[in-house]
Amino acid sequence: MPFIFDLPMFFAFIIAFAILAYVVMDGFDLGVGILFPVLSVGRERDSAMNSIAPVWDGNETWLVMGGGGLLAAFPLAYGMILSALYAPIIAMLLALVFRGVAFEFRWRDPGHREIWDTAFGAGSLVAALAQGITLGALLQGIAMRDRAYAGGWFDWLTPFSVLVGVSLVCGYGLLGATWLVMKSEGSLQERSYRIAFRLGIATIVAMAAVSAATPFLREAYWMRWFAWPQVLFTAQVPLLVAIVTGVLFWGLRRRHHYTPFLMALALFGLGLAGLGISIYPNVVPPTVSIWDAAAPNDSLKFMLPGVLVMVPIILAYTGYSYWVFRGKTGREGYH
Amino acid sequence: MFDVFDAVLLARLQFAFTVTFHFIFPSFSIGLASYLAVLEGMWLWTGRPVYLDLFRYWLKIFALVFGMGVVSGIVMAYQFGTNWSVFADKAGPVIGSLMAYEVLTAFFLEAGFLGVMLFGMNRVGRTLHFVATLAVAGGTCFSAFWILAVNSWMQTPAGYAMNASGQFVPADWFAIIFNPSFPYRLVHTVFAAYLTTALVVGAVGAWHLLRERANEGARVMFSMAMGLITVVAPLQIFAGDQHGLNTLEHQPVKVMAMEGHFKSYPDGAPLVLFGWPDEAADKTLFAVEIPKASSLILKHSWDAPLKGLDSVDRKEWPPVAIVFWAFRIMVGLGMLMLTLAAFSLLARMRKRLYDWPLLHRFALAMGPAGFIAVVAGWVTTEVGRQPYTVHGLLRTADSVSALDAPAVGASLLAFIVVYFLAFGAGTYYVLKLMGHPPHRGEEGPPRDRPMRAAGITPAAAVADSLAIGKEA
Repeated sequence: MPFIFDLPMFFAFIIAFAILAYVVMDGFDLGVGILFPVLSVGRERDSAMNSIAPVWDGNETWLVMGGGGLLAAFPLAYGMILSALYAPIIAMLLALVFRGVAFEFRWRDPGHREIWDTAFGAGSLVAALAQGITLGALLQGIAMRDRAYAGGWFDWLTPFSVLVGVSLVCGYGLLGATWLVMKSEGSLQERSYRIAFRLGIATIVAMAAVSAATPFLREAYWMRWFAWPQVLFTAQVPLLVAIVTGVLFWGLRRRHHYTPFLMALALFGLGLAGLGISIYPNVVPPTVSIWDAAAPNDSLKFMLPGVLVMVPIILAYTGYSYWVFRGKTGREGYH
Repeated sequence: MFDVFDAVLLARLQFAFTVTFHFIFPSFSIGLASYLAVLEGMWLWTGRPVYLDLFRYWLKIFALVFGMGVVSGIVMAYQFGTNWSVFADKAGPVIGSLMAYEVLTAFFLEAGFLGVMLFGMNRVGRTLHFVATLAVAGGTCFSAFWILAVNSWMQTPAGYAMNASGQFVPADWFAIIFNPSFPYRLVHTVFAAYLTTALVVGAVGAWHLLRERANEGARVMFSMAMGLITVVAPLQIFAGDQHGLNTLEHQPVKVMAMEGHFKSYPDGAPLVLFGWPDEAADKTLFAVEIPKASSLILKHSWDAPLKGLDSVDRKEWPPVAIVFWAFRIMVGLGMLMLTLAAFSLLARMRKRLYDWPLLHRFALAMGPAGFIAVVAGWVTTEVGRQPYTVHGLLRTADSVSALDAPAVGASLLAFIVVYFLAFGAGTYYVLKLMGHPPHRGEEGPPRDRPMRAAGITPAAAVADSLAIGKEA
């Protein structure tokens, strides 16, 4: 390697970071959407919507970053994953259309607000489910021949992928509920505490089920997690999950405003770390590694300064935007 | 029912459908973001409340349009992989990097500041709010820069090499970005976005002037829109002509289809005004022609020879009739825009800009013209690129994913249904907003109560003066 550091590896980290950023940020606003049907019409829904309206668009941009970044840095993986997971990807995109337009439409058309609220809730649910199924199917592995997908168009549908889909729905719901705990007051906050408690349990159970099933998908995963001596390293992940879970429920019980959301974020971070441990060094299990799928070094070198300069700037003004809209959200809120 | 179509055609239809829908929104929001920046700047500079009223009026529409642009744009970021995975694998190393720069420099900028622009005026104060508006407007322009670099590279590829796995790999980034057709396409497209927006703003102003001649907001927006059209419409026709000459140099077959020239003309080609290109018969039927005028336009000489489609293999032909007609629709609308520009200039000089109903009716009828012209121009250039995705190098038939027709067909149907429902409703809401006349003390984006500062910020004190705009 003529380079000081491994460019494909660096970009794999960047993509992983974009995915993490997407999952936690759009995760909480999709989560708010998933919870929408159980919030009461009027004050609670308006307030919940107002809490995410200024930021959802930036959150969803990380999805474009993930897709665009994958195309740019790992074009082979991009083409394979998207054609293998055709149906869930299309379902996710269509669901995002519905929920995205509902943000404005529900205010524009009070006569049909119920319809757009339903579109918002259903769109969020389907998008979350489809993302989870995509993830599960990726973990199972994707058949490849001659740089192209070589399976059928329903290979993605298995009990495992559905399990991951349901888990992600629970997880997003937890993020959404803890976000609302942080951003709301009164009846909405009280309701959010109760929902967060239940979804916290569901998320932990689901995470445990996915973690238990994953090592049986492929022998490589089993070896990765349980071979000596790296088990000393991998065992830290479930240990940390246990600690974070404890703090999450403690925070919920003590009616903390910020702790539950931060712990839900930490759970997602750990989940993604676990995912990384399982599939590394592949981007498309079982055969395509980071280096197989990477774009030529000339492409990566061209993007490197852009990434190094722009990502910190993006994080800075994203942080600024969150700072502007900090604090509790009112119903009539801002405009 | 999908048996009659093959997967390639369905995948092309799906891409054409999703990208055409998507393209409508940015071509409006690029212009509208700039217009909003001008309005807010004028308000800050002159202190005239009408500019703030208009800013708020158009901001509500912008919020709707931008939201639809975002969700239809996310679809585009994934269409390359779902239906065109071979293209993504082969061209990804070149175009992917440009799109990554688009995300990094444009999308995040727009999305990051959109929240502040829409909801933050009470929270950040007017200077920072203006910065947010400028950031959103700048983001839309950066976005146009990068995505048109991608598109132009597919039309006139440059600065690349091929590697062992058949991928296009970058050799010279400057040559890739500033490929031969890029500067022309960028100017032509950005002008088109500004014209489209000005036509919409002008039509809304005209609609309200026809009903309420004294409405100050309607007068100001109509005057601004007509002013922009008067300046940009002639420039656009010039830019389009230059773009056409560039296409003749680099993609002559596309120009042959645009002109409907099936045979070569050794001593001056006629300009076909109308006709029906018949590929099977190798000629343009019912042609109404001006002798030698095409050579005059394209070569600046009456007798210059021009080659026709008979000089290239039939396998290299784009679908001639589509390109031919799309081009004529675009040019025809361009001429109507020029007429509107001249008419409004005349009215302005006679000081009858606000009380000439014929002008207002004309401007109203031209409201959708920009969108139609933009889509027609897009069809001309993209269908004209066929049968290639990367012109001359990668055939469309070799770019597609290994998908079965029913999968592509089913998803195409789903896209059609969802887009018509969601964007149909959105268009209805936009029209409803436009139907309300602009008035003093215009409210900001949607919330169902009059504005009140919320939360724990210290911005409450500035809120009232900002909301009413009385300090002038």
